[in-house]
Amino acid sequence: MTNIPIEGILLPNEKPKHESSSNWKEYFSFSTDHKVIGIQYLVTSFFFFLVGGIFAMVMRGELMTPESDLVDRTVYNGMFTMHGTVMLFLWTFPSLVGFANYLVPLMIGARDMAFPRLNAVAFWMVPVVGILMMGSFFVPGGPAQAGWWSYPPVSLQNPTGNLINGQVIWLLAVAISGVSSIMGAVNFVTTIVKMRAPGMGFFRMPLFVWGVFSAQIIQLFGLPALTAGAVMLLLDLTVGTSFFDPAKGGNPVMFQHYFWFYSHPAVYVIILPVFAIFSEIFPVYSRKPLFGYKVVAVSSILIAVVSGIVWVHHMYVSGTPGWMRLIFMLTTMCVSVPTGIKVFAWVATIWGGKLRLHTPMLFALGALIMFVFAGITGIMLSSVPVDVHVNNTYFVVGHFHYVLYGTVTMGLYAAIYHWFPKMTGRMYSESWGKIHFWLAFIGTNLNFLPMHPLGLQGMLRRVASYAPEYQFWNVIASLGGFLLGMSTLPFIFNMVISWMQGEKAPANPWRAIGLEWLVSSPPPVENFEEIPIIISEPYGYGKSEPLTANLPE
Amino acid sequence: MKIQKILNILTLLTGAIAVTFTSIWIGKQAYSWLPPQAAAESLLIDDLISFLVTLGAFIFLGVTSTLIYSVIFHRAVKDDFTDGPPIEGNVTLEVVWTAIPILLVFWIASYSYQVYEQMGIQGPSELVHLHNPLAMESAYAAPANALAEPVEKIDVLAKQWAWVFHYPERDITSTELHLPSDRRVRLALKSQDVLHGFYIPAFRLKQDIIPNHAIDFEFTPILAGQYRLTDSQYSGTYFATMQANVIVESPEDYQQWLAQAATQKPSPAKNQAASEYAQTSNQSVQTGWVTVPPAAPPLVNSPG
Ligand code: HEM
Ligand SMILES: [Cu+2]
Ligand SMILES: [Cu+2]
Repeated sequence: MTNIPIEGILLPNEKPKHESSSNWKEYFSFSTDHKVIGIQYLVTSFFFFLVGGIFAMVMRGELMTPESDLVDRTVYNGMFTMHGTVMLFLWTFPSLVGFANYLVPLMIGARDMAFPRLNAVAFWMVPVVGILMMGSFFVPGGPAQAGWWSYPPVSLQNPTGNLINGQVIWLLAVAISGVSSIMGAVNFVTTIVKMRAPGMGFFRMPLFVWGVFSAQIIQLFGLPALTAGAVMLLLDLTVGTSFFDPAKGGNPVMFQHYFWFYSHPAVYVIILPVFAIFSEIFPVYSRKPLFGYKVVAVSSILIAVVSGIVWVHHMYVSGTPGWMRLIFMLTTMCVSVPTGIKVFAWVATIWGGKLRLHTPMLFALGALIMFVFAGITGIMLSSVPVDVHVNNTYFVVGHFHYVLYGTVTMGLYAAIYHWFPKMTGRMYSESWGKIHFWLAFIGTNLNFLPMHPLGLQGMLRRVASYAPEYQFWNVIASLGGFLLGMSTLPFIFNMVISWMQGEKAPANPWRAIGLEWLVSSPPPVENFEEIPIIISEPYGYGKSEPLTANLPE
Repeated sequence: MKIQKILNILTLLTGAIAVTFTSIWIGKQAYSWLPPQAAAESLLIDDLISFLVTLGAFIFLGVTSTLIYSVIFHRAVKDDFTDGPPIEGNVTLEVVWTAIPILLVFWIASYSYQVYEQMGIQGPSELVHLHNPLAMESAYAAPANALAEPVEKIDVLAKQWAWVFHYPERDITSTELHLPSDRRVRLALKSQDVLHGFYIPAFRLKQDIIPNHAIDFEFTPILAGQYRLTDSQYSGTYFATMQANVIVESPEDYQQWLAQAATQKPSPAKNQAASEYAQTSNQSVQTGWVTVPPAAPPLVNSPG
């Protein structure tokens, strides 16, 4: 099963002049090398992915039976709150920022990010956020229990009476994570605008860079709203102001506007880089240029723009008047147009290609199929009458896990396998990779598909107990969940063993076209001895034209 | 060569027909995934869901079968390391593929809009706030030609964690929601503490309840039977227990129940949150975290 194509590839004979440091201690230091920071982000966030996964296992364990019998209700509520928070703020965001850090300078032919020290500071805030979140389990009263969106007034209820409580810590941690993201966004946007190699016009940028660019622009306009909402909630909670507290005349629905004005677009901050990963992977393993490159590039920006005017779809049933429900229904549905263009482009890229089903391609294909499914349930949710029925039910939980697990996490796995040789200088084991893929693909569907019939039947989200008639599908979902939990084991095993003693990787094991594949694996410090001069569009598969004027291919 | 082409077209055609029929069949199945249709609104919503499932199944099957076809028939031959055809785009195709989703969006949006208008679930308190570009009046040409003006007005009070229903005409309270069938009902939703959500899956209807904010909510039950009302907006520790029975009965039975309840003295209702709370706070070893105590059990004429 191990069929790694290294045919036709020459290992670079001479070592790069400035050797990449292979000292593991570097990963625990305040390094300003974007590649070290990228890997720091990836490893840290994967650790928290496992933590969030353990919380998920506790929840699925509880939901095996209709009664609330495995853990107390307060514990269950803490579990789903921290699961959601950890998965979003400590897994998907930082891991994608990790890839962006690692790849963007390489892909645009730069030696580092625009502000390397700012970059390192932004990273080191992530472990701080993580420690705060985990520390909140040990304060009296336990961690936050109001769900990852922390709607007041529930989030303002503080039965312990202590000033230091889980909800306060939660808000602080989210604010720090927001500051870190703003720093990252400024850095990425500057780097992409200012530091592209000569000849790399916007329409010669790889689509991954387009995806990161669009996503980071969302961060710039969205995060201020979330931060404002979080600070006001913090004031209500600690010093007793009354922005959102209805008992003192505040308006809790205002918080929902602040929150979703950012947190809907935040979904695109996550998914745009994943779309971009698809756009990088499909051409390589289909050996065709990306179909409709320019349209796909522009559609990322379009998605970013439209995503700014859809937030009320989370609040259809929240006292929102009819006309507003209908306007936001239309804007929400419009997002499916640029998204549809992308899906079409990927399918057309694969069509008629010469497919190689290596692990990254398998993960990307599986993720694409599950994304199409998620997109369809998403359109259903955007329709007001349907949402009136299924809002806050398991239908929604099923939908967003198809996005967050089926698409984002699977897409991240595809990216990890694809760039693993580049990052570590070693090959992973293809057969373990395939085992991982099949466990994850089956597990995801077994876990999240049953949530749709449950939601249509009316089972609510965030419940620790439920009516007995919902048990059948819940048991299936839980078994799928445990399978998913197990599926990470072959992955961890593969990564650790391959990193330590995998076969040495050549510079370009997939015969891919892109600047990052022109430097050795792992790339030297400062990436390029000579800054490349770009002379053609990316993805020139089958066209046999050179990408740069000065680097050997 | 010619035969090959005809064969290809035939394959494509058969595929398309198979996908079409399968999705129509799946769309029909959608009704069986849903609870009983106990309100007039549910008829409209279920048709919409079935329509969306049909369309969705068509798209999903179309895309996946194309991908699976590619995976099976477009694999690189072992040791063939050449590239595929360098096709970068096709303007006609791209235009068509942009136009199709746009048309679909307008189709889905206008159908959804019609359904929403016919439902007319938002009562007058919402209309007051409107500087309304889209008139919602037509909504009262209500579902199933039910009587336009609501006949039954009921106050609903949500609190952590109980539902209390008050029937102003007879001045009685209950923990069970009794409703006459085939009559338009208007609920006045109120919350005493946090956000709650009024949700009856068999009616397909849901509305958040917001403290300090009176919300009128209208619908028409049509099928006699017993259903569940649940809290749909997360409301704290005992959220999952915040449920109540909904009983839809003929107008005569409904009147009879009202009259009978009016003769009973108010007494404290049973409450799951309160009894669970009492139980856990008596345990010698605490296995959870402290919680907001449940509100006092409501006093009701008809504890259900
Ligand atoms: C083994 C994998 C997973 C399982 C079994 C799982 C299970 C669950 C369950 C049971 C809930 C509670 C639903 C509710 O009552 O609201 C939940 C919520 C959630 N999950 Fe997951 N999940 C998994 C992976 C993920 C991943 C990978 C992500 C994100 C990348 C994610 C993001 C979320 C979010 C945002 C929530 C909402 C939390 C909230 O309501 O506050 N989950 N998950
Ligand atoms: Cu959204
Ligand atoms: Cu409630």
